[in-house]
Amino acid sequence: MRELLNTLFVQTEGAYLSLDQDTVRVEIDGTVKLRAPLLNLGAIVVFGRVMLTPALIARCAVDGRSVVWMSSTGRFQGRLEGPVRGNVLLRRAQHLAALDETRTARIARQIVAAKIQNSRQLLLRVGRDSEAEDRNRLAMAAAELADILARLRAATELNVIRGLEGEAARAYFGVFGRMVRVDREELAPDGRTRRPPRDRTNALLSFLYALLRGDCQGALEGVGLDPQVGFLHSLRPGRPALALDLMEELRPSVDRLALALINRRQIRREHFDLLPGGAVYLNEAGRKVVIVAYQERKAEEVEHRALKEKVAWGLVAHVQARLLARYLRGDLAEYPPYLAR
Amino acid sequence: MEILVTYDVATETAEGRRRLRKVAEICQAHGQRVQKSVFECILSAAQYERLKDKLARAIDPAEDSLRFYRLAEPRERHLETMGRQIVYDLHDPLVL
Repeated sequence: MRELLNTLFVQTEGAYLSLDQDTVRVEIDGTVKLRAPLLNLGAIVVFGRVMLTPALIARCAVDGRSVVWMSSTGRFQGRLEGPVRGNVLLRRAQHLAALDETRTARIARQIVAAKIQNSRQLLLRVGRDSEAEDRNRLAMAAAELADILARLRAATELNVIRGLEGEAARAYFGVFGRMVRVDREELAPDGRTRRPPRDRTNALLSFLYALLRGDCQGALEGVGLDPQVGFLHSLRPGRPALALDLMEELRPSVDRLALALINRRQIRREHFDLLPGGAVYLNEAGRKVVIVAYQERKAEEVEHRALKEKVAWGLVAHVQARLLARYLRGDLAEYPPYLAR
Repeated sequence: MEILVTYDVATETAEGRRRLRKVAEICQAHGQRVQKSVFECILSAAQYERLKDKLARAIDPAEDSLRFYRLAEPRERHLETMGRQIVYDLHDPLVL
């Protein structure tokens, strides 16, 4: 039996990682916070200003343990991949799965199911605090999503799964505006619009999705998956299809953040620019507010049901990428998607 | 598998103290120090064999004593602790 290896994430600015015999030693502000045997670690991921000694880097390269550098905002910067543990094997497993219609459909179904479930949770959660009419409409949409979920369970063809995903998205965005509580006439969208977004809520969503997409891509590269070979999303040159796949389960969490920003009036009318032709974008001041809120959201801990652990929300994409890699390698019978509370 | 390693190394002589350092060093490389001479190790069968082999060569069998306990898994269901714990569970997500 194969022992599953852990990943060490270090995101404290100024942390110092060194090789000490066959262990990695993490020092923060001059005190040793952790000394872990290297044989238990499959990868080290560092965010921002974290220092690794040359000896540690060299040892990781020799052992085939990957070291991943991310910016403090979570953008992928680079990866050290050793010669032994072939990334190529994981990528080949990914490509083979992408060629296999049954496996592709199974992964896509897990992703879509989690997206719909998470969307439904959001509708119900917001609905609880809404006025009667909104509550009813949100509850109706939630019921529709529950119905789509039931049909999804029996779906085995990718086209059917994609169709149900589209149906769920229409039901969800059809009532999205009812979750907006302030300046609804001005802010509330009439369904989802993009390229370009045509109202303030859609502009906010588009920007947040871009942040999320960068994080998902970084997470995939971090575990050595090919971000362009997706399952739910079809292959297109230049399209990070797998990053788009990974985003799906996490979109409702971001939607919730967008609603909080609007409803708490942290994002207001002056944070947007209206362009001739009807496109709406966040301006510089607006982008700053959103980035700060997004970074704070990433630090919040959420319960991860598959792991039965609390993890920072910003690490969920990394956890999912690792779970997907384990599924593709055959270590897991099914890909366990992220289900929000 | 999870192995608990405990040791007792005779340190009256300089040679004994050298053996103690060596044993501690080998254990550090394979697990987490949970108490002074007690290590919890998460190992594959092969790694466990290598650990025992290294330790066997480091000790003086006439003077020192080593014990290896196989721990019941999952550990969180079979382990209770009291007092100060400065240990990371190496199964947990390691985020610093």
